Parts: sequence; structure tokens; C-alpha cells
Amino acid sequence: RTKTQNFCRNEYNLTGLCNRSSCPLANSQYATIREEKGRCYLYMKTIERAAFPRRLWERVLLSKNYEKALEEIDENLIYWPRFIRHKCKQRFTKITQYLIRIRKLTLKRQRKLVPLRRKIERREKRREEKALIAAQLDNAIEKELLERLKQDTYGDIYNFPIHAFDKALQQQDAESESESDAEKEEDDDEDTDKREFVEADDSDLSDFEDMDKLETSSEEEQEEEEEVEKKASHSRSKGKTPLKGPARRKRPYIEIEYEEETEPTTKTKAT
Amino acid sequence: EKLAARKKRRKEREALGDNAPPKAVPKTIENQRVYDETTVDPNDEEVAFDEETDEFAPYFNRQTVPKILITTSDRPRGRTVRFCEQLSTVIPNSHVYYRRGLALKRIIPQCIARDFTDLMVINEDRKIPNGLVLSHLPDGPTAHFRMSSVRLRKEIKRKGKEPTEHVPEVILNNFTTRLGHSIGRMFASLFPHDPQFIGRQVATFHNQRDYIFFRFHRYIFKSEKKVGIQELGPRFTLKLRSLQKGTFDSKFGEYEWIHKRREMDTSRRKFHL
Repeated sequence: RTKTQNFCRNEYNLTGLCNRSSCPLANSQYATIREEKGRCYLYMKTIERAAFPRRLWERVLLSKNYEKALEEIDENLIYWPRFIRHKCKQRFTKITQYLIRIRKLTLKRQRKLVPLRRKIERREKRREEKALIAAQLDNAIEKELLERLKQDTYGDIYNFPIHAFDKALQQQDAESESESDAEKEEDDDEDTDKREFVEADDSDLSDFEDMDKLETSSEEEQEEEEEVEKKASHSRSKGKTPLKGPARRKRPYIEIEYEEETEPTTKTKAT
Repeated sequence: EKLAARKKRRKEREALGDNAPPKAVPKTIENQRVYDETTVDPNDEEVAFDEETDEFAPYFNRQTVPKILITTSDRPRGRTVRFCEQLSTVIPNSHVYYRRGLALKRIIPQCIARDFTDLMVINEDRKIPNGLVLSHLPDGPTAHFRMSSVRLRKEIKRKGKEPTEHVPEVILNNFTTRLGHSIGRMFASLFPHDPQFIGRQVATFHNQRDYIFFRFHRYIFKSEKKVGIQELGPRFTLKLRSLQKGTFDSKFGEYEWIHKRREMDTSRRKFHL
């Protein structure tokens, strides 16, 4: 409903507005253009057939050619009031234009709207939350990572003394202490060359121990003596790490980025 | 009333001492899950044979290196764009391309020509990403997911930096059935085969009750039995809607699995993945 005019609900209306001049009920001589399945028809109503509602509207198929169709409208509506003729042609033009647009659109991809069902949506959301809680992702991930560590998928990057290994090594230690001492010194030198396993700086660099092993382990061959050595020093440093426990967590995450840059410089210092 | 019953039970247990019956396991949905006959047995020969001859074989035999194309539906909104960028940092060797009205059917031959192995289309609705179409390109299966609960990196409470360029590890959890197995392989084929452990990053796809949760973490081993993880990278959850045999084709494709709501959502304890 526009400000000044109503819309006419009659389907045979020519303009769509409710006026005295464009109402099919009010005028006994009337014509409209309507289209069905892409073909346009001209509907006409004359005063002679007012008594026969069934034959009231006469239908003429218009040609597909735009100009020809306009001529047909003209010849059918010859001697009809100018208003009706003009409006008919206007309506016909509009209709053909939108038909063309429809045909073009169907060629392109069309967006299919699938309605979401609210109940289902809510149900899914709730189920997802519950699944999330049931999943306990953090724990699962941690477990998986530890599993992989145990199964040695990481190779020798991380050197943590495993308990069984510990016991075996302890036995070996007891037996061959003197040997290991001698070898320890050799290993010491190697260690200071390859990685900054500087015992003097244990307090500060106890955090760095693990990082260093990360970076440089690819070169090293793991022999039992070295592990023993590491284990010994590790157990020494373990006394210190609990202190750094809470602080430790924050540091690695920030410093890991700088590791690779500072390493070469410190390496040269050591050598 | 329940409290009273529980107290009574506890007293009985204490009274019996060593002869007490073992503690009852609480019933969870996972426990009560309807047994799915397509569960994969690790030693199943048929499955192993299938896997050698299916479309992921070249990847698992290390013949192809994954190269991924990430794109969106038309006119992506800001959130989706940012999400695409973050995804591309998470997945190594991936590229984001915008789509100005290009038909998917025409994109696919182009991708194959340019040697991409996977195509990911993030569908968007009302300014948030809500769907994901993942198709393995050289004529591989296409999976269509509904994506929900997308968190961008700045929305996650963490203190970490952005994911580096190292190849992350992949964890696939809980993909038990045959269908789940194939989807799991599909995810695995997105990432290059050799993770760089220096990077200490891990991408996790965890399946729980048919919802696949994706997380991206950085881990550190504090000691031999303790690991700390820190979440960086976006997170989202996926729910599988359909799996098609060939590449994306909505009309003529052969569907291997579609989620039919009426049939499949009847029981609360039945899951398909």
C-alpha cells in the first residue's frame, strides 16, 4: 500500500494499482498481458461477452519475437482506448525483461538455501558441548605424546632416563665405576665442545639443557656411557629444577625462538 | 536418597575390607556405545589391503607431497578471511585463493593442472564459517563437514606465538569405524609425512561422538612423564555430513555416506565415525 494508492489483488489487473481506470471489474472493455511458463498471452475482455463468465476472457498467444509481439498487441487492440494499449505494451516489456533475467540466472550457479531446523541445531550444539567435555582433549593429547616418546618415535632428541634403563644403568654403574669415571672425563671435553653442557652454569642453564639436547643431538651417537654421564648430571641438576619449576614453564615458550640464533655465537665461545 | 544409598555402599565396602567387590565403573555414553560392526580391527587384512589400493596410497607411499588450496564461498566476510589465513599457517604448503564467483566444477580441473593435492572450501553463513568441503584432488573422495565453534587465534586464551613453519605432527584420535578410518586418512594426507620434531607442534584431530575436534598445540617435555602443551592456532569442530567418492559434484556424485537425520539420529548411543 503506497501512500496514495492501493494494490489491486485481482490477477487480471493491468497495472497493479487499484484505480477506477485500471480495474478489470470496473471496466467492461479490458485487456491484460499475462505469462505462463515463459510464453506471453494477451487477455481481452469485451462487453459483448459480459453475460458469459466462462468465455469472458479471450486469450491470444503472442510471438516470441519482441517486435512482432508488439505488433500483435497493436493489431488486436486496434480501436481500443490508448490507455489500455499503452499499459499493455509496458507490461509486456517488463515481463519479457524479467523472463530474460530468470533464464540468465538459471545458467549461473544458484545458491540453494537449506533451512536450519532450530531444534536440531540446539540439539547438535548441546551434544557437541557434552562431547567436548567427554573428550578431555588435553589429557588425550598429553597421553599420546608421552606414548610416542616411549615408543621412540622422536628418536634421540629427548633424553630422559627411563626407569627400567635407570635400574640397569645403576647396576652397571656399581660394577664399572672406575671405567665410567675415566670415560666421563673424555666425554666431558666432547660435551663442552658440542653442546653447552657447562656444569658451572647449571643454575642458569638448567633450563637450557633440554633445549640444547634438542638442537644438537642429531650429530651425536648415543652410547651408554654418554647416557650415564648425562643421567648423572641430570640427577645433579634435578636437584635444582624443582626450584625453577614454575618459572620454567614460561621461559621455554618465549626463548625457544631465540635459541637458534644465540647458539652459534656461544658455540664459538666454548671452543 | 542417592546420598544415603552411596553411604551405605561405602560402609559395606569398608566393612568387607579385602573381600569387597570391585568398584563399579560408571556408565558413560562411550561405554554404552552401540557396537558398530564396521569397527576397524588393527589387524584386519581387508582394511589393510583397501588402504594400499585406495586414493591415499600415493601419499602414504611418499610419492606425492601434499599441496593444499584453501578457498571460501563467494564474498567471504572478515572472520572467514582471517580464519583462512590462520589455517594456511597451520597447514604447511597451503595457499589461500579468493573466489570471485568461480564455479567449483571449473576450479577443480585447474587445480589438478597446477598440481594441488587437496582442496578445502570453507563455506560461510552470516559472517561466520560454518561448512568445510575437503576433497582430495586427483579424483579423490570429497568430505563435506559442518563446522562449528570456530575460535580464531586471538580468541584462544594462551600466551604462545604464532605457529612456525615447521611441519607439525599429526594425532588422530578415536577414529574407529571404517568410515572414521578413511576420514582419518584424509586428514593425515593434508600434512607432509615427515614431521619436524624441532618445531614441537602437533595438530590433533580428535573424534568424539561423531564430532571431530581440531586443535593445534605446541608441546614441551618437562620430564619423562610430564608434558606441557600450549594451545596456539585456531580451533574448530567438524561434523561429517557426507562423503563422496569422486571429486565435488553435488548432482551426479556417488555418495559413499550421507548423514540421514531420520535414520541415523535415532539412538543416543549410536555413532558412525
